[in-house]
Amino acid sequence: MTRFVLGRIGFSTLIAVLLAFFTIPLLWLVTAPFTSDPSYEVKVPDFTWDNFQAVVEHPYALPSLYNSLILSVGTAVLVVLLAALAAYALSRVRLPGRDALLYALLLLSSIITGTAAMVPLFQLAVELNLIDSQLGLILILTGGLLPAAIFMLKDFMDSTPKSYEESARVFGASPLQIVRHVVVPVVRPGLATIAVWSLANVWGNFLMPYLLLSDVEKQPAAVITYTLYTEGGQANLSMLSTFGLLYSIPVVLMYLFVSKKYGFRFHGGIKR
Amino acid sequence: MAVRKRSLGVVAVLAAAGLGLAACGSSSGGGEGEAIELTITQNAIKGGKNAAGATFIEDWVIPEFEAAQKAKGKDVTVKFVPSGVDDEQYKTKLSLDLKSGKGADVMDIDGIWAGEFAEAGYIKPLSELVGPEADNWDGWSQIPEAVQGMAEFDGKKYALPVGTDGRVLYFNKALFQQAGLPADWQPKGWQEIIDAGTKLKSAGVPVPIQINAGTAMGEATSMQGVLPLLAGAGGEVRQDGKWTGASQALKDALGLYQKIYGGGLGDPKLQQEAKGRDKSFQQFAEGKVGILMEGDYFWRGVVNPKDGVAKMDDRDQVVGYAMIPAMEPGKGLRGQDFVSMSGGALRTVNPNSEHPKEAFELLAFTLSPEALKEETKDGNVRVTPRTDVNKEILAGEPLLTYISEKVLPVTAYRPPVAVYPQVSAALQEATAAVVGGTPPDQAATAYQKKLEGIVGGAGNIAS
Amino acid sequence: MAQATSPPEVVKEDERTRRGYSSDAAGLGNLRAGAFVAPALLLIAAFLVFPALWVLYLGLTNYRLTGAAAAEPQFVGLANLLDAVSNPTFWNSTWLTLQFVLGSAVIGQVVLGFSIAWMLRDRAGPLKRLVEGLVILAWILPSAVVSFLWVALLDRDGGTLNALLGIPGFPWLLDHPMLSIIVFNTWRGTAFSMMLYGAALGNVPPSHLESARLAGASGWQQLRDVVFPHIRGHILTNLLLISLWTFNDFSPFLITAGGPDGRSEVLAVHVYKVALQSGELGYGAAVSTIILLINLVVAVFYLRLLRSKK
Repeated sequence: MTRFVLGRIGFSTLIAVLLAFFTIPLLWLVTAPFTSDPSYEVKVPDFTWDNFQAVVEHPYALPSLYNSLILSVGTAVLVVLLAALAAYALSRVRLPGRDALLYALLLLSSIITGTAAMVPLFQLAVELNLIDSQLGLILILTGGLLPAAIFMLKDFMDSTPKSYEESARVFGASPLQIVRHVVVPVVRPGLATIAVWSLANVWGNFLMPYLLLSDVEKQPAAVITYTLYTEGGQANLSMLSTFGLLYSIPVVLMYLFVSKKYGFRFHGGIKR
Repeated sequence: MAVRKRSLGVVAVLAAAGLGLAACGSSSGGGEGEAIELTITQNAIKGGKNAAGATFIEDWVIPEFEAAQKAKGKDVTVKFVPSGVDDEQYKTKLSLDLKSGKGADVMDIDGIWAGEFAEAGYIKPLSELVGPEADNWDGWSQIPEAVQGMAEFDGKKYALPVGTDGRVLYFNKALFQQAGLPADWQPKGWQEIIDAGTKLKSAGVPVPIQINAGTAMGEATSMQGVLPLLAGAGGEVRQDGKWTGASQALKDALGLYQKIYGGGLGDPKLQQEAKGRDKSFQQFAEGKVGILMEGDYFWRGVVNPKDGVAKMDDRDQVVGYAMIPAMEPGKGLRGQDFVSMSGGALRTVNPNSEHPKEAFELLAFTLSPEALKEETKDGNVRVTPRTDVNKEILAGEPLLTYISEKVLPVTAYRPPVAVYPQVSAALQEATAAVVGGTPPDQAATAYQKKLEGIVGGAGNIAS
Repeated sequence: MAQATSPPEVVKEDERTRRGYSSDAAGLGNLRAGAFVAPALLLIAAFLVFPALWVLYLGLTNYRLTGAAAAEPQFVGLANLLDAVSNPTFWNSTWLTLQFVLGSAVIGQVVLGFSIAWMLRDRAGPLKRLVEGLVILAWILPSAVVSFLWVALLDRDGGTLNALLGIPGFPWLLDHPMLSIIVFNTWRGTAFSMMLYGAALGNVPPSHLESARLAGASGWQQLRDVVFPHIRGHILTNLLLISLWTFNDFSPFLITAGGPDGRSEVLAVHVYKVALQSGELGYGAAVSTIILLINLVVAVFYLRLLRSKK
């Protein structure tokens, strides 16, 4: 009995510490936007709407959220679609050199996300006439995210049972039909996870959108966030905190939507 | 079957989209008719960094210029391409654009980038690009030699200067009074700065002297720190085509850092913080800093009671300023008693422009007296490149008049060559080392060693 | 690398021999499988492999963003690599990166992620959703926003942490820059490990745990003898990915800018400073190449460690 009580106390303490650890850094984001003239200090807000007013009046802030939406949803759709097809094929058929290829691509993807790759990517985009094109940027971002997405999804597909696919095949379904009607429903939580993962990745990406999109009307919120500075480069905290909050909300909503609708887990669509 | 077709269709569409993109997209407007489209870019954006500059271009320059062209019977439309990010990111983007034959027709660059951009072929001499009208521009006669020099590389003019600035010592008169120091303080040598700092310290001022140091402040350490001190000790980072190594002047400059930060007259932690410079502004505004070496931007944009980032309502009463003295009278650069450092932006025509002549017209228009007067209206006063304009607009501005009349004649500019940023970073590291306790001689020697690696061997260094 | 096998392969092969059917359940065949993989590979080839090889090539030149070397870059062979390995700044960054990966990814994210998954494994309801939601929130917020949150948390004067601990003026980012970014990255990335282990623990048959408990195994023994063998593949996937991501994570720059005096300048930040701030693209590309090689070594190490014992 005492052991049980001690266990309960230990558990509760741990959970409380965890909750504090993950909550405290967020405090600033929920207080500063409602505070007039915020500093880095977390203060009890005076519930002003002036900061929101300023964001609404900012010529590029709200439109940039729409651009972020296009870029991240576009990339997420492409990543999920292409990665699912590839991961399924790689999971079910032993193509020669499959694993070595996956690992090599995974390692190369680390180079592409680094700063040094900006010149090749920029010049490639120039040659392909993808400069200042949101679709071009989506393709480039997709290329960078695909290896890790395939890697994770293949993992996921490897652990799902194959008996349904076999039955479907017995009934004469084509492979694409099988993927669509049998495999996708089973791996849906995994697809959702990859979707949110790539979405969040693109949502926060600054450097490539800045370099590849000159037209401010096409630039995403990440780029606009970096312009919310005063003349000398001081952070404009009232704008930053408020826009930061508005900029965070869509990605949270998308997560909630996806996790509610499709579940949000890596494995175990069906437990074995 | 239907399912299969549709899914394959998606793949096909995707592939086609990729290829199609490659094919189209090069809609460069075409050259039919008289309609000319120009673009102009600055590292400025409405609602963000340098908002005033962006607003001026979009709301005044563009309509006025288009109207003026229309009056001449030309159909010219101008578009502003805003940016507003870190200067290094803006520079990267410009470089990538220029290398690929892209970019806005008219663009602002930092004066210090002129050399490296010219060496890379990113910018071209204006006379080659535009023709004789560039050299015959009527504004040149109004721009002082030294400011013109900023826009020159290898004796050719690559751009028009947009403005300039200067550095002084700011001090808090209220704190000075507490410490028994005069309100019209003007040190004649470094010892007087140290003496004032010591008095401020005993009067309980938390940070008696703030002279930027360390790598976190970046170029601010060079411009508002080690370079003016180096000039005060009679040195320059690059003289007569050779870089300055562990010279006596550098050791003296680092020696002053040692006296300040080793002697408890400055806050060494502040020099390490990522946002240390902002914090130094804040602390000055809160009356915690006695003496601060800064540019005129500090007066205009930081402690400005109207819209500064660290407003001081009583700026005009409390903030004093003095020239930066040489180590000892007559020991400064060129035998001067006082020194300063200046920088400034340039505006130039993109060599890739399809309409260089019209682009130059736009460029010259932005630097016409009317435009400069309009730009500096309503509290946006700054030192423009033109003396005719400065005379008019600086009249009610004591500090800017002081800069333009007293400081600019003794100021110096940084060497506009590609490796300068790395040399500057090495200098910053040297100051960081001294603030951290390394003896100046040792830090200077380490700097020289680093310098050899940066500028290609000891042969390019004079010590 | 050549015979490297992705982790759940182990499970699959087991299963294949056990149940005796081919894994190609949908009857794809090599040709159609190729067609499934082709679109992804095409994009990857164009926008990943090609530019990545280009970076490797740039590492062999003295290419710069500006200046004379931008107009006519010269092939310099291994000079950049040799420069890097003889440069103390590079070694400092490498050492800091190892601390960063070991501290924040391997210890921080894996341990914390697993612990959360373990504690919440049999639970459901609002508490579980709350904890998981908060952890995932830290993972999906944009880094520009997150960096400001942490600067506000750790700020010397007005920071929340100092206010809570009652030690105003304690300079976390100056006195403990590595600790700060390690804790930051743990906070930022734990979600991935938590979700992965949450799913993995779901695959551990409860009956196995039950019999181990009845046999008198301690909690630790249960973990080691029952849970660990079942989730070995997931640990491998997890370690591989988060190590790779952490290696290349640039967000510490947004908090400490690599400072003070380079004391938190991990390799990704080093590359940013070299390539973007100084414009030395050739040298930056060479350092990227070295990062790739280190990543390769780490990946092979993980594969050996977790694959060998069956």
